[in-house]
Amino acid sequence: MNGEYTNDSMLEMFIYETTELISQLENIALDSEESNALETQINEVFRIVHTIKGSAAMMDYNNISSLAHSLEDAFYYIRENHPQNVDYSSLTDVVLRSIDYIKNVVAMIQSGTSQPDAQTDSEAKEIVKEIKDFLSLLKGVPVVEEPKNEANNVESTNSGIDEDAQKEASGENEFMALLCFEDGCEMENIRAFNVLNNLENVVDVISTSPPKVPGNENTISEIKQNGFEIRFKTDLSFEDMKNHLSSTLFLKELYLEPVNAENEIQQANENQEEKAKENNSQTNTEKPEARTDSVAKAQTASPVAPVNVKQSMISVNLEKLDKLMDLVGELVISQEMVVQNSELEGLILNDFNKASRQLRKVTNEIQDAVMSIRMVPISGTFNKMHRIVRDMSKKLEKEVKLEIIGENTEVDKNVIEHLTDPLMHIIRNSMDHGIENVDDRLKAGKPSFGNVTLEAKDEGGDVCIIIRDDGKGLDRDKILNKAKEQGLVKENETLTDTDIYSLIFLPGFSTKKQVTEFSGRGVGMDVVNNNMEKIGGKALVDSTPGVGTSITLKIPLTLAIIEGMKVKVGKSIFVIPITSIKESFRVDESSIVLDDCNNSEMIMLRGECLPILRLHEFYNVKSETTKLKEGIIIVVENESKIKCLFADKVIGEQQVVVKALPKYIKNVKGICGCTVMGDGSVCLISDVSGLFKN
Amino acid sequence: MTELEREVLNNDIKEDTQKGKYLTFFIEKVVYAIEIKFVTEIIGIQPITEIPEVPSYVKGIINLRGKIIPVMDVRIRFKKEPIEYNDRTCIIVVEVNDISLGLIVDNVSEVLEIADENIVIPPDMNKGMENKYIKEIGKVDNCVNLILSCEKLINDNEVEALSQIV
Repeated sequence: MNGEYTNDSMLEMFIYETTELISQLENIALDSEESNALETQINEVFRIVHTIKGSAAMMDYNNISSLAHSLEDAFYYIRENHPQNVDYSSLTDVVLRSIDYIKNVVAMIQSGTSQPDAQTDSEAKEIVKEIKDFLSLLKGVPVVEEPKNEANNVESTNSGIDEDAQKEASGENEFMALLCFEDGCEMENIRAFNVLNNLENVVDVISTSPPKVPGNENTISEIKQNGFEIRFKTDLSFEDMKNHLSSTLFLKELYLEPVNAENEIQQANENQEEKAKENNSQTNTEKPEARTDSVAKAQTASPVAPVNVKQSMISVNLEKLDKLMDLVGELVISQEMVVQNSELEGLILNDFNKASRQLRKVTNEIQDAVMSIRMVPISGTFNKMHRIVRDMSKKLEKEVKLEIIGENTEVDKNVIEHLTDPLMHIIRNSMDHGIENVDDRLKAGKPSFGNVTLEAKDEGGDVCIIIRDDGKGLDRDKILNKAKEQGLVKENETLTDTDIYSLIFLPGFSTKKQVTEFSGRGVGMDVVNNNMEKIGGKALVDSTPGVGTSITLKIPLTLAIIEGMKVKVGKSIFVIPITSIKESFRVDESSIVLDDCNNSEMIMLRGECLPILRLHEFYNVKSETTKLKEGIIIVVENESKIKCLFADKVIGEQQVVVKALPKYIKNVKGICGCTVMGDGSVCLISDVSGLFKN
Repeated sequence: MTELEREVLNNDIKEDTQKGKYLTFFIEKVVYAIEIKFVTEIIGIQPITEIPEVPSYVKGIINLRGKIIPVMDVRIRFKKEPIEYNDRTCIIVVEVNDISLGLIVDNVSEVLEIADENIVIPPDMNKGMENKYIKEIGKVDNCVNLILSCEKLINDNEVEALSQIV
């Protein structure tokens, strides 16, 4: 069916869904390993694995679906039989291996190698075998638990005793199911076919309405209008079927009711009794009654109220969001173009001003809304790190605990994309270089397990991500020597500790002699630096020998629109972000303090002495206004340091859309970007933190 | 024919029609030429926003329909005396290696076709500063056109060296 039904949007959907589901599954698997239990999440796992299986089967990726199927088998056994001897660690291993495989195949599909080749074929089989081995290992012992199961979970006994019997004994209960799909989910016929496909293993389908769904475009509208009706026979209980069907994707409503239940029960009982006798010498008199019970229960519950599986989330193509963002940017520029039009100057326009304020308010709200759409919690990225820590601690034989703080901090989607790699490299580094062996740790009087902390927090307009470890810290001298060896630092250069630590971000720099699987080529930290540069962030290192290292990534919350104050310096106009401005005032001659030896000017403000920075000198702009009392002082704050900027005059407040400087110009000190004004001219945006560096 | 093949062919045709064509412009009565394939458009002089701490020949940035591009004064680049911009002054917008850049020139002359056999490698003088930007010399009707290397004009070590210091 591959060629017949596959189209791009379906494939895209498949890739998207599967990737999402897999990362969910990964998290659950890691959780279960940690807490050594799966009870609470098993249904979630089931839903995920099942959906993967279903959609993979629909897309004809048989390897994935058969893999998911065997995973399902394993989880089915765990759910139904509650075995007490589950080794969650090896279960997680198996699950993670499957996840990796699926990830791999999905990546191959994504990159256009559509059909998995023979190698992945055999790999899939290998993993399937592994799962089966795991399952049989589980089943090998559970005899002890069998009686307990019978006592408290009668229904499952049936499947527990003999799975074959279960399969043969299909058709006790006949059901009629009516599925309605969500409006606009598209490809209803294929979705219906997918449902049938999923049911194949558990039920005998008697009839469907409309019949013959696959390949028949006309059925789409019919399903849209009347829903998709299936009559089938199964030996599963009403509840099981309900669960099974409600996991269908894009399901709006589900009606499920037994058909001719009374007649069926009788038959079912007889069948069941015979089967039980035939297949199992251990007669179980409880069983038929239980069966009757369950069906009766189903009967009383029917007709059921429609099960509403409502989806409140939609996935949107990021490109569309980017486009929207750009448009909002243009909107803001156009708004300023109208409101600040030079033709309006000097006119008294009360109504116009009122209306323009209203407009500004609305555009502000639009902006916030668009922004918030693009904001995603960082937890997804953080949670990926669990996996890395787990894998590495196994391979390096170090015990490491990862602690996550503030994972709900929200960051722009574009920014997040550039975070995964740096975080991964930093954590790898921490674990490989930072955290010591268990022996060394105990000798140093530290707990045997290392701690890696990942913390995210908002700090003004920035988000700080701090990666801390309690390892041995950076070796200052080793780094310095290595840097001198490689000619990165001159022999007689004096460097501060921070300077030296920052050397680790240089490409190709590594103090490791040996290249290991995880580090040593000096690439990782360069990746960090590169990614930070791309999103306008910074990476700072701090380290105390013997106590640990912390790397702080400072990244801007968003890259888009800021409130700015326009100030005039000479002929140029600079925009200073409002968030860093404390106040502005005209200076009084008497409060100026001159420090002749340093040739610096200061100002006394409410008993505090603050340094003055002349913007025209800093930016090297010719300006007529050089006397302090003729211009204006703008007090700015950055990282709790205060400076007074001297400019010719303040023009006014404006929202500006931050655009990056052209690549050609590289970094300019004290400038973080530029923006287009209402009249089409370009203004530079001051980087306040840059003004503090000298 | 697959999409890819068609695209390749289209590019070939495009290359073909642009091959051997050069845009010529004047700087202080000397004719320079650049390959037409680099040229995006020619615009009149615009208000330029100056940028601190860049080499003097980088005049600043301009807003080209929402796209911000840097502009370079080719005069100053060739160590010639700057002149006031007038209505003949043009900005040639070029795109080289994904970098868009505006070149400020005295005025733009014409698009010339120069056959391959009329193009020669410049004599090795090792003296003049401008020599390093001149890739080839094209002869058209007894006139000599200095064909500039756009790559060298843009990717120069001076800017990089400067940013290192900063």
